[in-house]
Amino acid sequence: MTNLPYILSLITFLPLLGALLLVLFRMAARGEDAEVIDRNAPGVALFASLITFALSIYALFAFDMNDSGFQFVEKAEWFGGMSYHMGVDGISLSLIILTTFLMPLCFIASWGVVKKRVTEYMVAFLILESLMVGVFCSLDIVLFYVFFEAGLIPMFLIIGVWGGQNRVYAAYKFFLYTLLGSVLMLIAIVAMILTAGTTDMTALLAYDFPVSMQTWLWLGFFASFAVKMPMWPVHTWLPDAHVQAPTAGSVILAGVLLKMGGYGFIRFSLPMFPDASQTFAPLVFTLSVIAIIYTSLVAFRQTDIKKLIAYSSVAHMGFVTIGIFAMNTIGVQGAMFQMISHGIVSGALFLAVGVIYDRMHTREIAAYGGLAQRMPVYATVFMLFTMANVGLPGTSGFIGEFLTMMGGYLVNSWIAFGAAFGVILSAVYALTLYKKVVYGTITNPKLEDISDMVRREVIVFAPLVVATIVLGIWPSLVTDMTGPAVEALVENIASASGDLGDLATLPTEH
Amino acid sequence: MTPFMSTLSLIAPEIGLTLGALVLLVGGAVRGERAGNVITWASVGLLVAAAFWGLRSAGTAPAQAFGGALILDQLALFGKTAVLLAAALVLVIGAGFLKIEKIVKYEYAILTLLATLGMMVMVSANDLLTLYVGLELQSLALYVLAAFNRSSLRASEAGLKYFVLGALSSGILLYGISMVYGFAGTTRFEGIAQAAHLDASVGLVIGVVFVLSGLAFKISAVPFHMWTPDVYQGAPTPVTAFFASAPKFAAIILIARLLMGPFADMIGQWQQVVVALSALSMTVGYFGALMQTNIKRLMAYSSIANLGYAMIAVAAGSQRGLEAMLLYMGLYLITTLGVFACILAMRHTEGMAENLDDLSGMSKTRPGLAISLTVLLFSVAGLPPVAGFAGKLYIFLAAVEGGLLWLAIYGAVLSVIGAFYYLRIIKIMWFDEAAPAFIPSDLVLPLTAGAAAFMMLPGAIWLLPALERWTQAASASLF
Repeated sequence: MTNLPYILSLITFLPLLGALLLVLFRMAARGEDAEVIDRNAPGVALFASLITFALSIYALFAFDMNDSGFQFVEKAEWFGGMSYHMGVDGISLSLIILTTFLMPLCFIASWGVVKKRVTEYMVAFLILESLMVGVFCSLDIVLFYVFFEAGLIPMFLIIGVWGGQNRVYAAYKFFLYTLLGSVLMLIAIVAMILTAGTTDMTALLAYDFPVSMQTWLWLGFFASFAVKMPMWPVHTWLPDAHVQAPTAGSVILAGVLLKMGGYGFIRFSLPMFPDASQTFAPLVFTLSVIAIIYTSLVAFRQTDIKKLIAYSSVAHMGFVTIGIFAMNTIGVQGAMFQMISHGIVSGALFLAVGVIYDRMHTREIAAYGGLAQRMPVYATVFMLFTMANVGLPGTSGFIGEFLTMMGGYLVNSWIAFGAAFGVILSAVYALTLYKKVVYGTITNPKLEDISDMVRREVIVFAPLVVATIVLGIWPSLVTDMTGPAVEALVENIASASGDLGDLATLPTEH
Repeated sequence: MTPFMSTLSLIAPEIGLTLGALVLLVGGAVRGERAGNVITWASVGLLVAAAFWGLRSAGTAPAQAFGGALILDQLALFGKTAVLLAAALVLVIGAGFLKIEKIVKYEYAILTLLATLGMMVMVSANDLLTLYVGLELQSLALYVLAAFNRSSLRASEAGLKYFVLGALSSGILLYGISMVYGFAGTTRFEGIAQAAHLDASVGLVIGVVFVLSGLAFKISAVPFHMWTPDVYQGAPTPVTAFFASAPKFAAIILIARLLMGPFADMIGQWQQVVVALSALSMTVGYFGALMQTNIKRLMAYSSIANLGYAMIAVAAGSQRGLEAMLLYMGLYLITTLGVFACILAMRHTEGMAENLDDLSGMSKTRPGLAISLTVLLFSVAGLPPVAGFAGKLYIFLAAVEGGLLWLAIYGAVLSVIGAFYYLRIIKIMWFDEAAPAFIPSDLVLPLTAGAAAFMMLPGAIWLLPALERWTQAASASLF
């Protein structure tokens, strides 16, 4: 298969091009024309995102699954020693496909639902898509930072303009929390550039940072990724942002933005600072286990559906950090899988909340009950994703949780114990939620004439249902793609961290 | 060419500007207020012509004039070009304001010309006396400009306050110069460098501190910033735009030239002073801005904070530091002028809209202007992918390389607070319900704002490499 040149740039900047077109048309339009543009904006956005998705699928077929290095590399010098350097390995490609897969669904889900400033809404999401894909494609550390940080701006506007009651507070909190973490990472990046004398990530990956320096650099990056992830105790921005964001905003936040934290750990913290990662692994494990148990308990007490799912996201991200810092093949593979699976499942859950929110305009659990009688299709779909969230075998949620727990077990059985306990708790809150919302008798009179999912909503959920089940029974779709890169990563850490290597290589014999 | 003639040709732009200003002054005196408009546009022409005439010497070796009292190197050239173009742009965007406020007076443009002339001498100074003469020429013109709107009580107060404090700082500066002269035995920069290299005596150190204090006033570094918010608020808005842009640029180049040139060997003595100035300026600038409701006062605190940031790079005392400072200040100049173009475009029927609340819902009433202002504010906040980020990155690089890691971390953390108040403006524009729309403004204002915003976002791809080449050449002239 011959490669399309500049495929990564195409995937990255195509949504931006769509956004630019929309902006230009909207600026030129007056009066009635403006309304026409507003009416057609979702179509344009959907079209752009679908082409992007098609391109990323093309990239998937052109991708060499046996190569652990970076592929489709593009490089052009910029200024100050920085370069426009793009490339993907299995780790980043899987996340790119997750992003481009979720994006069209967001546009369909918002079609006709968003009524205020429609064009601007689509523009913000298209820009956000470009930036998210850019994060995963960048092979220049400054370019990475630019994409990573720039994503804050559209998300800030999305929460602030189209959000719920308390949106301004949530938007600020999201922005400032993340920015504070990021500037500390920026200082660490600056120190790395000066020490290694390059901004090229492939060179930085090969560079051996002194152990004493690694500690500080690791902490700088940790400040950023832990907030993004988010890890306990810096997760408090997430419930606010999720609750206030519009449905599609929540989907992208949970589906993709959180994954940037995990991606950052895998791409930077682990391979560039292997010694520090070993040193700090116990800290990460402790925080992760606390996050899994504590936020699961908190989730159980929520009265707001979106908030409950948001806390459950924090808990699930705890599995990801455990898997990553287990630093063995199974753990990191599990973390990758968990990220993809969580992107699909939590995205679907937020969309599911959106479906009933659009009808009832409330997210209070108490306002619902007995939906199964009026919305059978919805009840089935919601059931599937609840089960996937709990980690039922046969759904994608199970694979990720199982692999990360196994990775954790190889390091320390207590980690696996804590994580497994969290799985039980996740069943408690998720099934309680399902019971309260879907089962029982209808007590709220407003629910009497609620309608089941319309065709547009079915179209949104169909791909998500398929993806959840297919990945649940055929996980090697993802693991084959991420495998070579993850194995190379684990080997590198093992060789870099000397005597600790025995522990780290152990699982590769499985 | 005789040495005298070659000297004259070196300072041809300055001579042209002087003669032009004098001719325009006579013209104004004869024709009176009617000539106001013509003189403004003639001044713009003069400034732009001087900038392009000066650019002839781009890339040439440094040359000295008047026996070494003035130097024309790439650093001076960079400063002059920036200052001249900024002054010209301020005259252009301010013209409409003066007309509506009915304060079109021919002195305005001529004073701007003379202030710019002072700045050109400042960035070229190679002798403490040249430095002082340039600084005073600039300052005296600015004092008058601040109080230029005679019928406004606030403007008069601003002018008086600026003058009294400015005179005090000039005194301090002069005292410092006399100390340096006393201990170095010369006012020429090369001579001082030798003296500092041989023996950095206590007297010289005290002299440096006094000189630095006097100059810190000009860039409104904390604790010499007290005049800034009042003067920014009281002065007519175009004058504020001028204060925030060109003089700051010239003064910080002067500081950098002084510290990295003649006093380069005394870095151990002055570095801590600059670090303190920088940290204090950032603290006061960022925290002070949080409480402001008037956009001009807010810009005053913002400029204090931004100059504090630039001082981080100066404190590094290295070529990378100088380059970072120039890049940062170049971007600062463009964004500041863009922001002021936006401020000038905001006018209700009863007067200028200066309160932040007046911006409510601007994204609906004036989407183009709102987008421009948003991009510019994100740039000042130093957020990628807007060009302002590159300035911040370069400053961090210089600081960490120069061993000022904690200052860089402090600046980085404070910049989050800075982001908060820039976000507040953006929030008001985008999230809040629409306030009454502004009356239509001169087309030139949204165009300027749009052009500045364009340079910051998509244009950054070309602007940054170009600016980097230039700042690299400029910073090489001191090292």
